[in-house]
Amino acid sequence: MPKQAPEERKSNFDEVALGYSEEQALAEASRCLGCKNPRCVKGCPVGVDIPGFIGLVKERRYVEAARRIKETNSLPAVCGRVCPQESQCQMSCVLGVKGQPVAIGRLERYAADYERSSGAQGPARTTRGGGRVAVVGSGPSGLTVAAELQKKGHQADVYESLHAAGGVLMYGIPEFRLPKDIVQAEIEYVKGLGVNLHLDSTVGRLLTVGELLRAGYDAVFIGSGAGLPHFLRVPGENLKGVYSANEFLIRTNLMKAYRFPEYRTPITVGRSVAVIGGGNVAMDSARCALRLGGEKVYIVYRRGKGELPARLEEAENAEEEGVEFMYQTNPVRFIGDDRGYVTRMECVRMELGEPDASGRRSPSPIKGSEFLLDVDTVIVAIGQSPNPIIQQTTDGLEATRWGTIVVDEETMATSISGVYAGGDVVSGAATVISAMGAGKAAAASIHNYIEKRGQSAT
Amino acid sequence: MYQVTEKRDVPPNIKMFKVRAPAVSRKAAPGQFVIVRTDERGERIPITIAGAEPEEDTVTVYFAEVGASTRDLGRLGEGDGILNFSGPLGNAIPVKGYGEVLCVAGGVFQGVNLYLAKALRGEGNRVTCVQVAKGMDHLFLVDEAREACDESYAVVDDDEGGGLKGLVARLLDEKKMSRVFTFGPVPMQRAVAELASARGVPSSVNLYPVMVDGTGMCGACRVTVGGATRFACIDGPEFDGASVDFDELTSRLRYYTPQEKIAMVLNERGVI
Ligand SMILES: Cc1cc2nc3c(=O)[nH]c(=O)nc-3n(C[C@H](O)[C@H](O)[C@H](O)COP(=O)(O)OP(=O)(O)OC[C@H]3O[C@@H](n4cnc5c(N)ncnc54)[C@H](O)[C@@H]3O)c2cc1C
Ligand SMILES: Cc1cc2nc3c(=O)[nH]c(=O)nc-3n(C[C@H](O)[C@H](O)[C@H](O)COP(=O)(O)OP(=O)(O)OC[C@H]3O[C@@H](n4cnc5c(N)ncnc54)[C@H](O)[C@@H]3O)c2cc1C
Ligand code: FES
Repeated sequence: MPKQAPEERKSNFDEVALGYSEEQALAEASRCLGCKNPRCVKGCPVGVDIPGFIGLVKERRYVEAARRIKETNSLPAVCGRVCPQESQCQMSCVLGVKGQPVAIGRLERYAADYERSSGAQGPARTTRGGGRVAVVGSGPSGLTVAAELQKKGHQADVYESLHAAGGVLMYGIPEFRLPKDIVQAEIEYVKGLGVNLHLDSTVGRLLTVGELLRAGYDAVFIGSGAGLPHFLRVPGENLKGVYSANEFLIRTNLMKAYRFPEYRTPITVGRSVAVIGGGNVAMDSARCALRLGGEKVYIVYRRGKGELPARLEEAENAEEEGVEFMYQTNPVRFIGDDRGYVTRMECVRMELGEPDASGRRSPSPIKGSEFLLDVDTVIVAIGQSPNPIIQQTTDGLEATRWGTIVVDEETMATSISGVYAGGDVVSGAATVISAMGAGKAAAASIHNYIEKRGQSAT
Repeated sequence: MYQVTEKRDVPPNIKMFKVRAPAVSRKAAPGQFVIVRTDERGERIPITIAGAEPEEDTVTVYFAEVGASTRDLGRLGEGDGILNFSGPLGNAIPVKGYGEVLCVAGGVFQGVNLYLAKALRGEGNRVTCVQVAKGMDHLFLVDEAREACDESYAVVDDDEGGGLKGLVARLLDEKKMSRVFTFGPVPMQRAVAELASARGVPSSVNLYPVMVDGTGMCGACRVTVGGATRFACIDGPEFDGASVDFDELTSRLRYYTPQEKIAMVLNERGVI
């Protein structure tokens, strides 16, 4: 797929991957064998009819192709851009056994982009008459639950604490990987199904889960995500210039700090930037830091290249743009100047031992290998736990000691009758499509729950 | 949109807004705050709730125009809409029977203090209130405090300590206070907390570090309390005054001073 050249893109926030031309899309679609028993569909957590939509692309019926995807996936332009297809649908493609699998994600993106820019109207609002469901959080899980319930004839009301809907799609994933107007267009589609969206509404503060149930909702779905940032807990971490990845990304993406002062939220990026961590969040942070003027941007990761949890494609993109990787290195403290800004970071080299429970080799510090790195900005991207407000304010809601909400894996039902949960708040930080898969499962069981209640009431 | 239903100027640079936000007005409690965004380009500005009028569907706030964002907000007039008004956020201060309490507020926080003082008095506490400002003409809500509290004092104090410290020390020595509550600039809250600690009186300080989301997602608001990092937006804003690392808080509040100055100058000149 065509991309912006690294030299150019590292100084703008425009989308990096440019998408297929019609010719390219048709050529790629023609490779699909249209298997009778498609394995790719089983690899998709929401079960998109992949051969079906690709068949429509082959016939140049792009709007219908997009509609076919939307029968099972309300956010195709998003998923076409950010899903790890290489470990899901495309991994199962039979063509992949001998050569390249069909580029399903890119075709999904093509169809969805075509439909959006053609201005084709979405389906009409579905009829009402079913139950009422409150959905907490407007990330991929919440949007999916809401859209699916609406399609089944229920009324879904989404409560979102931020001023924009979309969850990580809006505040976390940068503009150059996922343009925000595309996210908003897909949210408009979900709203078009009849979903009500209440922004500025933090559940647990403005309304509790119990109050939602008492206010007449038949069921509540909690999709509040994993947004609580972890810190390293080393000295100097509260110096100015040390950010959590979430803060750095929220300022950049949601608040558009790259357009300060026209947009009022400031951000500081010095000449030398160290990003701690090796996942996708670290890659996104590093690439934002470059675009915000960082001259030297390092990824500081405690294990080796082979252990990088980030998608290969994202690590490659970062490397192409000039991000430098320091493997087997871990910060032990941050040192500041007399005004309290970070200026240096003491690191230690790590050696890798036997594989641990996660199957990755566990790192341990090499004594005496400490060294100093000059840094003006540090971004800590070592993981997130679930947002805690709901767990703290909902009596009887069972959670683990890591803050994840406990659910029945099949029905997504929590310990409270009528309350369901899914996405990152249940699994811990995962993927867009797994959150959507959880949303789909929850919507199905909420539907059953409401139907059953209706029957026992009559 | 959340409509400004009433606006008042308070010298030198403070604005009082009543904002129509029915759901927030039914839920708000002393110590909690809202996050306000004036328009599409706006910052998320945290402001403490200084009153809630559920019968009128409104929430009252007082804010000082100290930079570009608060000036943008202050330009709105009665009838204008605020784009976002999210709350109530943060933990409410536990309002219960303490006995004899002292409520000390500096600068813009008089309304916030009075909101708490009234609630505490409603629970049967005996409330003494101290109001501090940098100049005689900067004191406000003085009559209201006199009416709402059992005792009230207003002092002018321009060196963040002198007159205020003497008065608070005297009040703490004269009466057996069960607890001190304080709102205001960091040096003032710190001074009050230290006076209380020196006399073994528990103090509740209210911390206002830089915030972004206000829901625990960014960690911008981290403060060190009792040696541990806490997030002021979800663990506070109220903390035990004896345990707070005020030096770190002061330093972190100056994080964006260079950027703020640029924004302020451009804003004053009408460039942004
Ligand atoms: C920087 C970054 C990059 C990523 N890149 C990718 C990628 O390329 N591909 C991929 O598949 N995955 C990626 N992920 C992971 C993916 O984004 C998440 O797994 C997914 O968004 C989880 O969806 P969710 O619906 O569970 O929660 P979220 O997307 O986190 O949404 C939760 C929403 O709930 C709201 N909320 C929280 N608490 C409350 C409350 N009390 N009341 C009301 N609302 C509340 C939040 O404000 C938020 O909007 C990335 C994550 C990050 C952080
Ligand atoms: C939980 C909370 C509650 C608050 N309640 C109120 C309130 O009721 N009334 C009110 O007037 N202000 C309150 N503040 C402070 C207010 O949010 C800031 O003054 C405002 O964000 C400044 O924005 P600005 O762009 O106009 O000024 P900036 O340009 O950002 O700052 C100008 C000056 O104000 C100082 N400043 C910036 N942020 C803060 C802050 N968080 N606290 C103190 N000083 C700051 C800067 O150091 C600088 O000197 C509260 C802050 C928090 C975190
Ligand atoms: S303001 Fe973001 S965590 Fe407190």
